[in-house]
Amino acid sequence: MSPEKNKHSLLIKGGHLIDPAARIDAPMDVLLKDGRVAEVAPPNKIKGGADKKFDARGLIVAPGFIDLHVHLREPGQTQKETIATGTAAAAAGGFTSVCTMPNTVPVVDSVEWVEWLRQPERSAVVNVFAIAAATRSSKGVTLTDFRALQSAGAIAVTDDGKPILDDNIMREALVLGGELNFPVVQHAEDTRMTENCSMHAGARSFRLGLRGMTAAAEASVVERDVQLAMHIPNARLHVAHLSTSDALKSVRRGKRAKARVTCEVTPHHFTLTDEDMRDYDSNYKMNPPLRSVSDREAIWVALADGTVDAIATDHAPHALHEKQMEFERAAFGITGLETALALAITKLHREKHIPLSRIVELFTAGPARCFDLRGRGSLVRGSIADVTVFDPKKKWTFDAAKSHSKSKNTPFGGWAFTGKVIATIVGGTIVYSG
Amino acid sequence: MNPARGSLLDIEHMEAAEILKLLQFARRMNPDKPRPLLRGKRVFLLFYEASTRTRSSFEVAAKSLGAVTVLIQSSGSSIEKGESLVDTGNTVRAVGADVVVMRHPNAGAPYILAQHLDVPVINAGDGLHEHPSQALLDAYTILRNKKTFKGLQVAIVGDIFHSRVARSACHLLSKFGVKIVLCGPPELAPEIATTLAPGVRVTRHIEDALRGTDVIMLLRVQTERLAGLKIDLAEYVARYQMTPVRLKMAKKDAIVMHPGPIIRGLELTSEVADGQQARILEEVRNGVPVRMAILARALGKMPGKMR
Repeated sequence: MSPEKNKHSLLIKGGHLIDPAARIDAPMDVLLKDGRVAEVAPPNKIKGGADKKFDARGLIVAPGFIDLHVHLREPGQTQKETIATGTAAAAAGGFTSVCTMPNTVPVVDSVEWVEWLRQPERSAVVNVFAIAAATRSSKGVTLTDFRALQSAGAIAVTDDGKPILDDNIMREALVLGGELNFPVVQHAEDTRMTENCSMHAGARSFRLGLRGMTAAAEASVVERDVQLAMHIPNARLHVAHLSTSDALKSVRRGKRAKARVTCEVTPHHFTLTDEDMRDYDSNYKMNPPLRSVSDREAIWVALADGTVDAIATDHAPHALHEKQMEFERAAFGITGLETALALAITKLHREKHIPLSRIVELFTAGPARCFDLRGRGSLVRGSIADVTVFDPKKKWTFDAAKSHSKSKNTPFGGWAFTGKVIATIVGGTIVYSG
Repeated sequence: MNPARGSLLDIEHMEAAEILKLLQFARRMNPDKPRPLLRGKRVFLLFYEASTRTRSSFEVAAKSLGAVTVLIQSSGSSIEKGESLVDTGNTVRAVGADVVVMRHPNAGAPYILAQHLDVPVINAGDGLHEHPSQALLDAYTILRNKKTFKGLQVAIVGDIFHSRVARSACHLLSKFGVKIVLCGPPELAPEIATTLAPGVRVTRHIEDALRGTDVIMLLRVQTERLAGLKIDLAEYVARYQMTPVRLKMAKKDAIVMHPGPIIRGLELTSEVADGQQARILEEVRNGVPVRMAILARALGKMPGKMR
C-alpha cells in the first residue's frame, strides 16, 4: 500500500476496545493517522478533527486479526483461489494480515517467489506475509536458504502438507531457524502411518469403511519436534493446525520447559468432530481430520488456558470438481476465512464461555507473537493502523455461495451464527464493511 | 438432496421391517419362472471394480424380470479417461438408465452418485463400507436353513476390517437380535468393530467363537487391500482356518457360509468347503431371487404390504 494513500486520519468513535496486548478492555476511541495508531483515549477525549469518522457504538474495536495459516494458491493454482480473491475473503472475515503457505505450483522456496507474492500486481486487499518452504521443493531433503528468504520478507518456513519426517533435517531446520530467530512451522503428520487415509481413525471411520489417521500419527511428530526444540538453543517451533489431545500434552511440556514452542488451532477443529460428517460429504474432509469428541474437549481447555497461541483457519480452497467426488479421492481442506470469528464467538464464547478478550487475543496478540509481526497485534500508539471492528451479538446466516473466496468448499454453509465482522481496516483504510 | 426412492445404499439405515418384507418378496422370485415385472426397463451395471458373482447375479436377476441390462466397466470406458463419477452417472441417466447398480472401490461412492441422480442407485459393494445385497442374500440363506433369527449366534471369522460383507452382515443381524462373534487377529478383527452395532463382540480364539454357534461366516483375507499390513498367513491358517475338527466345536447343525471367492487351504479346507454343512453355493443361488426382489423394489414393483 502506497504511503500517499494513507495520508489521512480516521477516528473510530464510541466503540469498546479490546486490546489484550495493551491490557485494555474498555470503552475507547481510536485515532488512526498516516497508517499508524495516533491516539487511544477514553470516549470523547481525543481533541482535534479527523478526515473521517467511524461510528463504533455497540461494537468491539480490536487490533487487526492475523491468520497464520492460509492457502492463497498462487502461484499456479488459480482455479482454487488467487491472492486477490483470498485476501478479499480475509477482509470479509476481519483479517488484516494473512500468512500464506508455500505449497503452491511451483513451491515458494526461493527469494524470487517470496518477492513475487508481495508485488502490487497481486492485488492483495490485506497484508500478505509469505511463509517459505523449509526444504527445496518441499521434498524434505535439502534446507532452503533461510537467511535469504528471511531477508526477502518471509516470516517463517514450513513444508506444510509434506511434513518434515527426517529427524536430522528437522533438527537442522530448528538449529538454523534458532540462529536466525526464524520459526519453523510443522504440519505434524507421520505420513508413513496415514497412507490412503481420509478421516480420523475411530469408531466412525470403521463404520464408514474409511481408513483412518490415528491421533498417534500427529502426536508422535509433535513429540519429536518438541523434544528437538527443547534441546536446541533458541529454536522456534510452531505446530500448525494442532488437532489432538496427545499433541497438546507435548506442547504443554515444551512450554513448561521454556522451549520456544507455539501452536495454532483451527475453527473447524474446535467446532466439529469425526461424528459430524454425513453422506460422505467431502466438505468434512481436511488434514488433519476432524478428531474425536475428547480431542475437541482438550482443545477447548487449551484455548482457554493459554496453551494454544492462535486461532488459524488453514483456509484451503478447492474448485468444485476437486471436491465433488468420492470422499477418499476428494482433495483435503476447507475454506475458513469468512467463518472464523463467527465460529469463535458462537462456539467458544457463547457456548464454552471463553471471554471475548481471550478470543481477541487468539486472533491478534497471540499470532503476532508466534511470527514476530512487529507493529501488529495491538493498537498501542505507534502501531500499524490495522483494525477489526465486530459486533459480538449480531446474528446472521452464512451463505457459502456468496463467499468472497473463489471456492465454496465449506461445511458451514447455512449455519446460523452470532458475531459478525462490521469493518476491516488495513493501514488506516477501510477495506471491508459488512 | 435425498437418494431416489427404491435406492439401496446400505443396510445400516434400513429398518428391520423393510428387510423382512424384501426377504419375503424374494421368496416369490424364481429365475426359472421369469416374471416380466421390469419389461422395458434398463438396468445399468456400473462396475468400477472386478466382480464375478455379484455382477452376473444382478444381470441374471434383471433379465429374469424382463429388463434390459447394460454393463459398464471402468476399463474400456470413459471412466478410464478420467471422467468423474457424477458425470458418468449423468451420462448413463441420459442414455436411459432406470436404475443404476454400482460396484466401486471407494467407500461412500454410491451416496455421491445417488445425490446427483433421480433414479434409484443400488450399492453392489463400496470399498470397505457395505455390501447390502450380499447381506440380504445371506439373511435369506440363514432363514431358509434356520427358519428364524431368534436365539441365533453367528460367528464371522477372518478379515473383518477389510470386509464390506462383514459390516453389512453385522448391521443386518444385529437388527434381529442375533448374537454376533467376530474372530480374527487384532489387525483384521479390531476391538473397535464392537461399536458397529449392538450384540457384537470380538474374540481372538476360534474355539470361543464357535462354541454354541449356529452359523459360521468365513471371510477371505483380502491380501490386495492390506496396504502395508503384514499378516503371517501360516499363522493365520494355524489359528483360524476352518477345518473339519474345528467345525465340530460349533453346534451340530451349524452351517458354513462364505461370500466368495473362497481360497481353499487358507481360510478353509476343501473338506469344509465341499462338506455337508457348507452353504456356499446355496448363497450364490439365493443371490438371484434376492437381487430380483431388490431390483423390483427399486422400480416400485414390491407390494406395499406383504403377507
